[in-house]
Amino acid sequence: MGLAWGALASGDLFKAIVLFIAFGLVMALVWVRLEAPDIALAEAAIGAGLTGALLLAAFVKLRITSPNVNVDITRSLCGIRSIPVLVSILFLAMALAYAIWPLPPDAAGLGEDVAANLDRSGVSNPVTAVLLNFRSYDTLLEVMVLLLALLGAWSLGMTTPRREAAPGLVLDTLSRLLAPLLILVAAYLLWAGAHAPGGAFQAGAMLAAVGVLMLLTGWQLPAALAALPLRLVLVAGPVTFMLLAVIPLLLEGRLLQLPPAWAGCLILIIETTATISIGTTLIALFLGAAPNKEDQQ
Amino acid sequence: MSAAFFYALAGTGLFSIGLHALLVHRHLLRKILAINVMGSGVFLVLAAMATRNGIAILDPVPHAMIITGIVVAVAVAATALALVLMLKLTAETGHAVLPDSKEDKP
Repeated sequence: MGLAWGALASGDLFKAIVLFIAFGLVMALVWVRLEAPDIALAEAAIGAGLTGALLLAAFVKLRITSPNVNVDITRSLCGIRSIPVLVSILFLAMALAYAIWPLPPDAAGLGEDVAANLDRSGVSNPVTAVLLNFRSYDTLLEVMVLLLALLGAWSLGMTTPRREAAPGLVLDTLSRLLAPLLILVAAYLLWAGAHAPGGAFQAGAMLAAVGVLMLLTGWQLPAALAALPLRLVLVAGPVTFMLLAVIPLLLEGRLLQLPPAWAGCLILIIETTATISIGTTLIALFLGAAPNKEDQQ
Repeated sequence: MSAAFFYALAGTGLFSIGLHALLVHRHLLRKILAINVMGSGVFLVLAAMATRNGIAILDPVPHAMIITGIVVAVAVAATALALVLMLKLTAETGHAVLPDSKEDKP
């Protein structure tokens, strides 16, 4: 909490972003403490890593357009006018605590139901089973949300200024070493998601980390791949997911009901394509603009 | 006080800090940071509530929902950042109209 306060209150915006990344990593530790290693992986990779990268990229872009970006962060509400805000926030915090306090210490939850049906889901990691079998509707929409975010960013029609990055020797060598290793880690996370903490989103974030690293060291997408192939990769995951959701609807009359016999195999297919698409989407979000627009100029 | 309630209270604290920052700060990047912190607080409450059953079996449904939530939060942050950059561009160029991509073509 102290870290969060520091992240939000520090005077320097750059320091605030770095503190926010540190806050995300602490949150990952908290998730481990709460026995939720899946969330810890997702938080460390997506919440801290990629959000931090996006924020830093936006910070740099803002600083390019106006060098004195740090000037206008002075608080608009200071002194006497901030007191009502503070009081009402404190009141809200107390009300929230009061709402949580009388909740019964033992609640049944759905843990037993999930455990009872786990062997029909095709995987043995309960979180993956919930994400991709029991409640896969959520996950399908989530993949769509990512795609929509990318469409939103692209439709704003900005062109990113091409940066001629000249990485130092250390960064260059390190990224050459790290990139294949990170791809391997992503593949492991994807495969391990069936029986241990891991899964498509964590692996996708890993892939995105590889992409961001390579973009930072000056790698650029070949122009031949920028237009149609990139878009095909972006929609491959959602489309596969949709197909595997609709086929049971036609065969058995239920949307998204995977047959228990093939569920493990189908989940692996969905997760693999979703991983690649999620990774590419996150990289494209990091870039922030439609790539073929640059190539036309 | 059990650990679950401790974490849940920390979650409400995070939510309140985030809301305060969202209201007080004027810079848009800070507002995005604040929304992310608020989201973390909500996730923390949800996960803490998931651990409070007495049995050894954890409830994986809230965990899966939190992972979904984290990914959606990233999507929101990315869109918001793109909008902030667009605002900046509009403020500097004075144009709110997108350049027509057909005219750009040589």
